[in-house]
Amino acid sequence: MGKISKSPWLLHYDASSCNGCDIEVLDCLTPKYDIERFGIINTGDPFQADIFLITGGVNSQTAGVVKQIYSQMPEPKVVVAVGICACTGGVFKDCYNIKGGVDTVIPVDVYVPGCAARPESIIDGVVKALAVLDKKQAEMESRERK
Amino acid sequence: MPNRSVIPFGPQHPVLPEPVHLDLVLKDEIVEEAIPSIGFIHRGLEKLVKKRDYKQYTYIAERVCGICSCGHGLGYCLAVEQVMNVEVPDRAKYLRTIWMEMSRVHSHLLWLGLLGDAMGFESLHMESWRLREKILDMFDETTGGRIIHSVNQVGGVQRDMDFAMLNGILHAVDDIEREMKPIVRTFLHDYSVQTRLKGVGILSADEAVSLGAVGPMLRASGVDYDARKLGVCAYGDLEFEPAVSKDGDSFARCEVRLNEIFQSFSLIRQAINKIPQGDINVPVKGNPEGEAFIRIEQPRGEAVYYVKGDGSKYLDRFRLRTPTTSNIPPMVSLLKGSQLADVPLIILTIDPCISCTER
Repeated sequence: MGKISKSPWLLHYDASSCNGCDIEVLDCLTPKYDIERFGIINTGDPFQADIFLITGGVNSQTAGVVKQIYSQMPEPKVVVAVGICACTGGVFKDCYNIKGGVDTVIPVDVYVPGCAARPESIIDGVVKALAVLDKKQAEMESRERK
Repeated sequence: MPNRSVIPFGPQHPVLPEPVHLDLVLKDEIVEEAIPSIGFIHRGLEKLVKKRDYKQYTYIAERVCGICSCGHGLGYCLAVEQVMNVEVPDRAKYLRTIWMEMSRVHSHLLWLGLLGDAMGFESLHMESWRLREKILDMFDETTGGRIIHSVNQVGGVQRDMDFAMLNGILHAVDDIEREMKPIVRTFLHDYSVQTRLKGVGILSADEAVSLGAVGPMLRASGVDYDARKLGVCAYGDLEFEPAVSKDGDSFARCEVRLNEIFQSFSLIRQAINKIPQGDINVPVKGNPEGEAFIRIEQPRGEAVYYVKGDGSKYLDRFRLRTPTTSNIPPMVSLLKGSQLADVPLIILTIDPCISCTER
């Protein structure tokens, strides 16, 4: 099996963000930043996704959706928390309906801070996630050989 | 014998970047009923006035939504200023107007791109978003942020624009206006765009008023109403007529938004020509006591801000009614009787902003 990081597919979900990071994620896919040049394609289908980009803190209603999407993604998979809300809860940490960062629900591999996270830092986070993805794939393959 | 079925739409759906959930009751391909359920990104922002003082809360108000951020900060500041009887300097009013109109251009270009994407017209999507970057660059230069600007404060604005920045905005506006022409031609005259938009989701003027539609949705049905005409900020000094279209279908809504982009260009130019010299903010002392009610025209329509202070540094209540909240009942009525394949497109034409709606 070739390296998965040469063409990873990306899934984006808005857990409870203010939209700022979401449009910056979409911005990464459009002409100025264009992460398709790294072979990255935005997909709407969790069953085809390798990288899970998630924005916003988690509340009780989205927690189930986030867990479901994560469980639908095939191994190996990487989770990137985009924006300070997804990392820790950010400015909304004190709100009554916010549980905290994404890592309270699913394991997170890469944290991208910022409010809103700039496209440059999102791309940096995704590139870091590719290295994690390769590592996870290598571990998976060595497990299979045993 | 027609087949009845219920199809869940969302919360994670490729057409919208935000989670919205609808249960579509179908009779074969025709939608009989659409039942929206919201609350996926409810954070409880209004309650946060009890934990942040009224000046800090400006930053929270800006984070109600990332697309309409500038307007929410402005609406909140206007409401607090009205409670405290603060008179904002003229230059600040003009700067606020320029930033508001820039955010209208960026929001409408974003919507045009999403519309292109929903129709499967990828090149329109990419072109619109490419042009939008020019406005974001100017935001970056004048405010220091691409999406969240944090320029409004109670009593004025935090940053001034120098001559070079104002000139830069004029240049960016000229560039976008020139490069928009082919896109406008495609949106208004292309055969495949027309087949997807014309006659889809028709909302009559009576329905629009009785169901409480606001913004481009209302104006596309032929109702001449724009909250900017109330004259908040510097809008009273500038000349413009609300962009109105008659047909009330998805195509009319697209047309209204296209015209509003050009109207914003004209407003930005007028404001830059007329902008006076002077202070950009006044010091604000004391705590708000009393209540105020402010209406401003956001890119998506009229937004209402209510503020109540009890003399302490924490507000008693902050209430916000966003344009998408008012546009959901007309959307549900539009979906009745539509084809299943048109559902994502109709939802998109109201320009839904879910994080505003659910706060």
